[in-house]
Parts: sequence; structure tokens; C-alpha cells
Amino acid sequence: MTDTARYSTRIDEATGNKIIATERDGEPYDFIIGSDPDGTDIWQRVPYEADDYGPVADPSTDFDHADPAYNPTAPEVWKELREGGCPVAHSDRYGGMWVPVTDDTVTEVAYDTENFTSRAVVVGVGRPGDRSLPAPIGGAPPITSDPPFHNVARRLLLPAFAPKMIEPWEPEIQRLCQKLLDEMGEITPGESVIDAAVQYAQNIPVNVIGRMLGFPEKDEELFRQFVHDVLERINEEPGTREGEDDLGLYIQAQIDDHRANPREDLTSYLMNVELDGNKLDDAVVGGMVVLLLVAGIDTTWSAIGSSLWHLAQHPEDHQRLLDDPEVMTFALEEFLRAYAPVTMARLVAKDNDFHGCPMKKDDWVLLPFPAANRDPRKFEDSDSFIVDRAENRHAAFGLGIHRCLGSNLARLELKVAIEEFIKRFPRFELAGDTRWSVGQIRGPRELPVRILEVAD
Amino acid sequence: MRVHLDAEKCQGHNRCYALAPELFDVDDYGQALLIVEVDVPAELHDKARLAASNCPEYAITITENG
Repeated sequence: MTDTARYSTRIDEATGNKIIATERDGEPYDFIIGSDPDGTDIWQRVPYEADDYGPVADPSTDFDHADPAYNPTAPEVWKELREGGCPVAHSDRYGGMWVPVTDDTVTEVAYDTENFTSRAVVVGVGRPGDRSLPAPIGGAPPITSDPPFHNVARRLLLPAFAPKMIEPWEPEIQRLCQKLLDEMGEITPGESVIDAAVQYAQNIPVNVIGRMLGFPEKDEELFRQFVHDVLERINEEPGTREGEDDLGLYIQAQIDDHRANPREDLTSYLMNVELDGNKLDDAVVGGMVVLLLVAGIDTTWSAIGSSLWHLAQHPEDHQRLLDDPEVMTFALEEFLRAYAPVTMARLVAKDNDFHGCPMKKDDWVLLPFPAANRDPRKFEDSDSFIVDRAENRHAAFGLGIHRCLGSNLARLELKVAIEEFIKRFPRFELAGDTRWSVGQIRGPRELPVRILEVAD
Repeated sequence: MRVHLDAEKCQGHNRCYALAPELFDVDDYGQALLIVEVDVPAELHDKARLAASNCPEYAITITENG
């Protein structure tokens, strides 16, 4: 893989589209930035009838992760599919979608960047054609990039998220968590009910990534709305998700503000970094910022929420963490394995036969790493949470070249969020219905818990 | 004991550095670096095995008595 893939940008005068000239398979290759709904090379819509997106009866032939019934019971769905002899489910929804649910099939797709492209990673009723970066504003490199451009984009971001750059954030995140706990006000043990998702988990990652990017803290609710529109409203009428366009406009405004008022943050770094002597196009900077916001918010929030949902029901694990804080090293990975929040996606790059599945170019392939993490062929007692599981090669952060860029930050936020919560509230239990997210990121969106004990 | 790290397979999951910082470091891109390759001290054998058995990419292998 080369680090010096060709990279330059120009405007196509005929269409006004921006062109990013790079290379693929050693040949010059132009990506087109634009979202012309009629241009099949650039953006394809799949035939859409809202009625086709109703409740799922049989997930093996009509799988839909955006059925609100899916996320609350997903581990049971994966188990049924595996035990029913269906390692790869199918659906006609979204223009055609395949869903591997075993460790070996998920792993195989993740490693195969020839047959499966990352051009789009969030399944929806539209999909980018093969000469485009997806809208809005030029995709979200490197998560939406294939080799060799992938490596170019990824190496720009990796240093900012390397372990030694992330470690110093620990005291900041501790302070943030303590502040959120303080803001819950007077707690009466045995009576007070708080929402651990809304009042706690959802506020942590959005604050940290907003500060890293140098965006105004007051806009946190806005980021969450953008992310909701991008990730959860995937089966709605095309063109109705205003948040997608608003997100592009918002980020361009932030880039403009950084240009007018330069400062030390990740946005400024991306605006100033050079590739082959060229600064990055605003669209590429914006795409990377989209990635950091979208990938950095719902995901970690979901992992924190799911972990607290587990602890509310398993006081023995909670107690073990309090008695033996060292066990957190293993517990953290077990939370990530058992409650991995992120399912990725690919598009089929060329027709291929995948273990008997006739995959056609441009079919979606859902990539549920959380299902792979529950495969009994890889993990002993895979549906049990074992707080000190010592061997744990989980794939919560993906496998292969697209390993989650923010994994070190996510891990730190998850660890600190759990530590601070259980330290403050040594006992708590579920108090009512948990509401789960919809779509590829799985976690509680409302998590009422009754506080049974408050630390002095 | 000898530890092998396949740098081509490493994707920077950072599990080895977290579990066995005496044996592994990470570079500015988060990629693993092997500090101790041969004659791993006996007291670090368990940590070496732990690091190997937690690498999601199977990038670390151990040769006993090597």
C-alpha cells in the first residue's frame, strides 16, 4: 500500500462538480463530489415504497435492522439465524441487502476490500454510485474510502487519536462525568430515578469530540440531531432527512469560522495539513469532520448506556468492579464484546458468489461486528457476560484496515464513564422501560434507573 | 520464549500495549512496536501470552523455548 497516492482537486466546468483526482489499482481515478439525484454514476436511489419497510416477520429472508423491534432483541435474532443454519441473511429492502451473522463470514467481508467497497457505510434507500463520494459534502474519508486513498486519509487522522495523544484526556473526562453526576441534583436512595442515557451517557462523547474539533459547546444538541437523522432515519422517504444537508452546511460554517479565527484544534489541523503539497479541499476536511462527529457520538454513548444497562441488572458484576478495580482491564473488553454498538456496512463492488449467496454489484452488505462477537464458535459461553474473560479477541472496533480510528478515545470514555458512575452510585437497578436506538448503532436511548445507594 | 509481531497484520487495536506495556509500545500512528523480542523474562510470559490471545488481528505469535 502506498502512502503517496496521487491527490489533487479541480472543478468540472460543465457540471460544477468538484473532482478529486486520485488513483485506484495504480490507475488514475476521479472521484466526483456531488449529489445529483439523477446521475447514476454519482448517486442512485433504490425503488422506494414506505410500505415495504414494515415489521419483519422472517429475518433470514427479510432482514431489517431499522425495524424498531430489532435492536432490543438483536442477540436473539443472531442466535436464531445461526442455529437455523443461516450464516448470511438476505433482504430485498434498501435495493437488496446481505447480512452475515457468523464470526467467519463477518471477518471475511471485513478483510476483502476487493469485492466489498466502503464507499457507503450506512445502509439507506439511496446509495452512491461508483464514481462518487457519497453526499453530503464529499463523503467521510477514510471510513468511506477504499485503498489506496484510504491509507492517505487515515494517516492524516491516526496521530490525533493515537494512545499517547488520548491518555492525557483522562482527567478531563473524569471532571466531565463528575459534573454530569453533580447536575443530577439531590438523590434519595431507593426513590430517585434518573435517566442514565439522557442525563449521563449521551453527554459524554459529544462534549469531548466537540472540544477536540473546536466547535461551540452550545451546539451539542444540534450535533445529536444531525447524527440521529443520519443514522436512525434510514428507511424514510428520500430527501426528507433535512439533518443530512444541515450537517453539511453547519460544518462548512465551522470551517469558515476556523479560517477567519484560526485556533489550535483538530479542525484547524485538518485545514492546514498538506498532501503532495496541496491543502485538503474543504469538502474533504468537512467529510472527515462528518466522520468524527457521526462516528464519535452515538457509538460511545451506546456503549456507555449498554454497560450501565447490564450493571443495573447484574449487581454481582457491579460489586466485583468496586471490590477489585483492576478487573476493569478485562471488564471493559467484555462490555465491548457483549454490547458492541457498531454494525458497519459495505457495497458489493463486483458480482461474486459468497458461500452460495449470489451477490450483485451495488447490493448492500451489513457488517454486524456485534453478531460476530456473540458467535459460540469463537467465544466460549458467548451469550454470557464474563466480567474477567481473559481471552477476548472481540471485533467491537472492526477488523482489518478500517479498525475504528477513535477506539482509544472510545475505550477511555467508556472506562471513565463506568468508573465514575458506579463510584457515585454503588447500587442501582432498572426502573421502567429501556428505549433502544434504531439502526446500525445499538444502545439505549432512554435508560431509567433507580438509585439505591449514593456514595458519601 | 520469543514474541513475534506481524506489522502487516497489526491495525493498531492497542490491546497488546494495554495488557503488556513491558513488551509492547505504540508509535505515533498507534501501531504496535515490539520492545522485547527474544528471551522474554519468565515473569512476563503470562503477559506475553495474554497479549497474543487478545489481538483481534492475530498479529502476535509466541514461540516457547525459542
